[in-house]
Amino acid sequence: MYNFEFEKPATIADAVAALGAEDAQALGGGQTLLPTMKQRLAMPSKLVSLSGIGEMQGVCREDDGSLAIGGATTHATVAAEAAAHYPALADLASHIGDPAVRNRGTIGGSLANNDPAACYPAAALGSGATIVTNAREIAADDYFQGLFTTALEEGEIITSVRFPVPEAANYQKFVQPASRFAMVGVFVAKFVDGVRVAVTGASEEGVFRWSEAEAALGASFTADAVDGLTVDAAGMMADIHATKEYRAHLIGVLTKRAVAAAS
Amino acid sequence: MPKDSGIGASPKRREDLRFLTGTGNYTDDINLSGQAYVHFLRSDVAHGKINGIDTTAAAAMPGVVRIFTGADFEGVGSIPCGWQVTDRHGQPMQEPAHPVLAQGKVRYVGDAIAAVVADTAEQARDAAEAIELDIEELPAVIDMKEAVKDGAPKVHDDLTSNLCYDWGFVEENKPAVEEAFAKAAHVTTLELVNNRLVANPMEPRVAVGDFNRATGESTLYSTSQNPHVIRLLMGAFVLGIPEHKLRVIAPDVGGGFGTKIFHYAEEAFCTFAAKALNRAVKWTSTRSEAFMTDAHGRDHVTKIELALDADNNFTALRTDTYANMGAYLSTFAPSVPTWLHGTLMAGNYKTPLIYVNVKAVFTNTVPVDAYRGAGRPEATFQLERVIDKAARELGVDPIALRRQNFITEFPYATPVAVEYDTGDYNATMDKLIEVADFAGFEARRAESQQNGKLRGLGVNCYIEACGIAPSNLVGQLGARAGLYESATVRVNATGGLVVMTGSHSHGQGHETSFPQVIADMIGIDESMVEIVHGDTANTPMGMGTYGSRSLAVGGSAMVRATEKIIAKAKKIAAHILEASDADIELKDGQFSVAGTDKSLAWGDVTLAAYVPHNYPLEDIEPGLEETAFYDPANFTYPSGAYACEVEVDPETGKVTIERFAAADDFGNIVNPMIVDGQVHGGIGQGIGQALLEGCVYDENGQLLSASYMDYAMPRADDVPFYQVDHSCQTPCTHNPLGVKGCGEAGAIGSPPAVVNAVVDALQSAGKDVTHIDMPLTPNRVWSALNS
Repeated sequence: MYNFEFEKPATIADAVAALGAEDAQALGGGQTLLPTMKQRLAMPSKLVSLSGIGEMQGVCREDDGSLAIGGATTHATVAAEAAAHYPALADLASHIGDPAVRNRGTIGGSLANNDPAACYPAAALGSGATIVTNAREIAADDYFQGLFTTALEEGEIITSVRFPVPEAANYQKFVQPASRFAMVGVFVAKFVDGVRVAVTGASEEGVFRWSEAEAALGASFTADAVDGLTVDAAGMMADIHATKEYRAHLIGVLTKRAVAAAS
Repeated sequence: MPKDSGIGASPKRREDLRFLTGTGNYTDDINLSGQAYVHFLRSDVAHGKINGIDTTAAAAMPGVVRIFTGADFEGVGSIPCGWQVTDRHGQPMQEPAHPVLAQGKVRYVGDAIAAVVADTAEQARDAAEAIELDIEELPAVIDMKEAVKDGAPKVHDDLTSNLCYDWGFVEENKPAVEEAFAKAAHVTTLELVNNRLVANPMEPRVAVGDFNRATGESTLYSTSQNPHVIRLLMGAFVLGIPEHKLRVIAPDVGGGFGTKIFHYAEEAFCTFAAKALNRAVKWTSTRSEAFMTDAHGRDHVTKIELALDADNNFTALRTDTYANMGAYLSTFAPSVPTWLHGTLMAGNYKTPLIYVNVKAVFTNTVPVDAYRGAGRPEATFQLERVIDKAARELGVDPIALRRQNFITEFPYATPVAVEYDTGDYNATMDKLIEVADFAGFEARRAESQQNGKLRGLGVNCYIEACGIAPSNLVGQLGARAGLYESATVRVNATGGLVVMTGSHSHGQGHETSFPQVIADMIGIDESMVEIVHGDTANTPMGMGTYGSRSLAVGGSAMVRATEKIIAKAKKIAAHILEASDADIELKDGQFSVAGTDKSLAWGDVTLAAYVPHNYPLEDIEPGLEETAFYDPANFTYPSGAYACEVEVDPETGKVTIERFAAADDFGNIVNPMIVDGQVHGGIGQGIGQALLEGCVYDENGQLLSASYMDYAMPRADDVPFYQVDHSCQTPCTHNPLGVKGCGEAGAIGSPPAVVNAVVDALQSAGKDVTHIDMPLTPNRVWSALNS
């Protein structure tokens, strides 16, 4: 790890100001950033910790029924505090990494990093969440822009994430056996006005919506509705754990299981 | 009634208290006054010509003490190989030089090019980044069969090819084997891969070199399974330091699994640099370096053929194996695919004719050497898979086919050079059927089916050769070392004992189990016995721990030394009690004169040995300390039968292990709890190999499975609760304890059971799947289901 400056501001405004320094980097729970720095693959001049900002912590049910989660809220807190409001989301959070990761890692950090195999992007896109930053609100459909790429500008901080709460939802994760990240993860959410299906871990473009499945499930929210639908293997990732074809196949299997579990 | 002390009891492991409370003394805990730190600059290409190394800027960096390159090691010895294999044509294997730091070429990703010594580890790493390298990348050879083709790039330019040796065993059997195949009623053929593994002990390797200018003595602290072997290899062959000026200490070691047997360049470097700089030099491997530089295991590609007659008797066996050596020959690498593999190809069966061919191949990968089981898992896997396949082809019960061909009379001389002393393979199979609850399998299968899962049952047997080994025999086979073991038993005046053993404990629990033996022999409490190991300065020359040899060989040395102690103590007692030596009996720590009520306590006699006022000084010396070296008459042959039940999810191909049972024959057992633990750990690693672990290089020699993000180690939820039984006991006939060894059995016996079970599950769904290569990832199983 190279040397760096460290700041731990108490307000969003101070954090934004601190991030104005050249090569400064926001630090959520550090579950990706710190190992990367230890490997000397990242060398920020300054780390700005977001964990001391009270207004970015916690889970809160809004008046409109949506669930707002502070950007610096840990997975463990989401698992515990979202359970009564949005069980599928809490369940997803409770299966990220291991207890140490869940006690440090944050929802804002995960979404800002946008690892193509992370779980939270599937929840955010599958729920049609709104990513709230210090500067603006970004719809999930506009937020995810490819591998490790998002709509965030330099120095922009995810202050909270607002999840519409669906009538029913479920997340199915098929883990890559070594990392236990999602080899494929499918988040299905049924709303009054339609069904959203978001897939993580599979595509070369990162998290995506499976629109054919959404249409079919919108018409009939049953596992059978997905029968016969396939995802083109051409755009899938391939590595030592899984081929493109296998990942494409798993999307169908997991979507059906998510629907069955949600209904 | 279970015993509460001595042989057969299960006292808790006394060493665990310090291991579990953070008070162990591991090599990385050792920090010497004024020590400097070394960072190795390692090759990021698999094969390349070193055109230049410019250390000018790096040498000027803060804290840098000195930067070493291969040029500093000209005139220093090569890292030696401890075993010379002779090929089919009577020629010695090709044996390349292995410099401490690369000279002229780099040969694998991770090969050390330069070593920066600095005041802190971070400074050393910073400076290493400032070294300017001019390396011309060369085409790499990774695939073994490609590596031995004409025109393939050569890993070592001074060798004739990448073929280390072409070994035939038993070469004289070859024509008879071929004739038997020509006459066979049925031949089953199977091509398979024994996947390359990374050992991954919890503690990465560490070396601290020190030099005492006043005495001229060098000391190396190292994470080693065998400090005396390191002292001999490094002192005599690499650095030219006589053994009386070199001390090697392997303190608490956090797991070895074979990969800490070998002498590594980093050990030689730290010892060399400490003397050159007159300053202690420390290296602590990162986990990333461990993946890149610890010797890997397995990596065989095999074609095996089994010939049977019309009555399903095995008539001949023939194998053709490519074994990866990596870029250099690690300490025992040549012996693993040959003498630790070919000699076990008879397995538990009376196949009369066997021919094993092994081509050992150099590639641009990290060296490959022994890993838990070393050669025996590879032999067992091939044999037990091909038998299972034969049973399916012939439509016979795989257990019945095995039983029909079991060796049932002992001693049994196999056609592959070894003689099994004892065993009862039907007994372990019978026990397995009981503990694994075969009777309930069909009901469990039906239940799985109701849940949409395919259930399979896989069975296999194994035999291994442990307690390596008779020195005269291994000498004939090419070992450049003897394989005896040693112990010094020192009795103190007040009756306590210290056993200085050449065996090394790095998780095996010797500090608990060895005292159980002594306590039984003398009749004293185990707490009166202390075990000392791991330091060449205070233990006799010993060969260390591997090959499940510690109790069978090291324990036997301890027994022999203790017998000498007891014989001498009886003479002292006889003198004091005014009786004949022959009339003295030792029981429960009391010496008594047979047929009388005269007795003396153990402590009275030990005190007399050191305060010899009333003592037969004319006949025996004062003191009570004895040393024994024990050289075994034969290997030991643990054996057993294993069963695995899996569920396969047909939609995803995911395999879960539902049940796993082991019926082992380890001969006599000292501590059943420790034996259970050894078997559990071994099965865990076997399941890891079968389902999860795969070390993968790409075609350019980049290690793709270079961290835990991509190399899948088994975790608690990947394995079931095991049913382990070791009540079948046919004691070893040639060592004093009748023990056989249990450290590797689990890793040897479990992979074929898992694969047999998965094939059984798939066949139960009507799929014509005869084999899937390990690891049986969900993707591979799904592909097999849909092929």
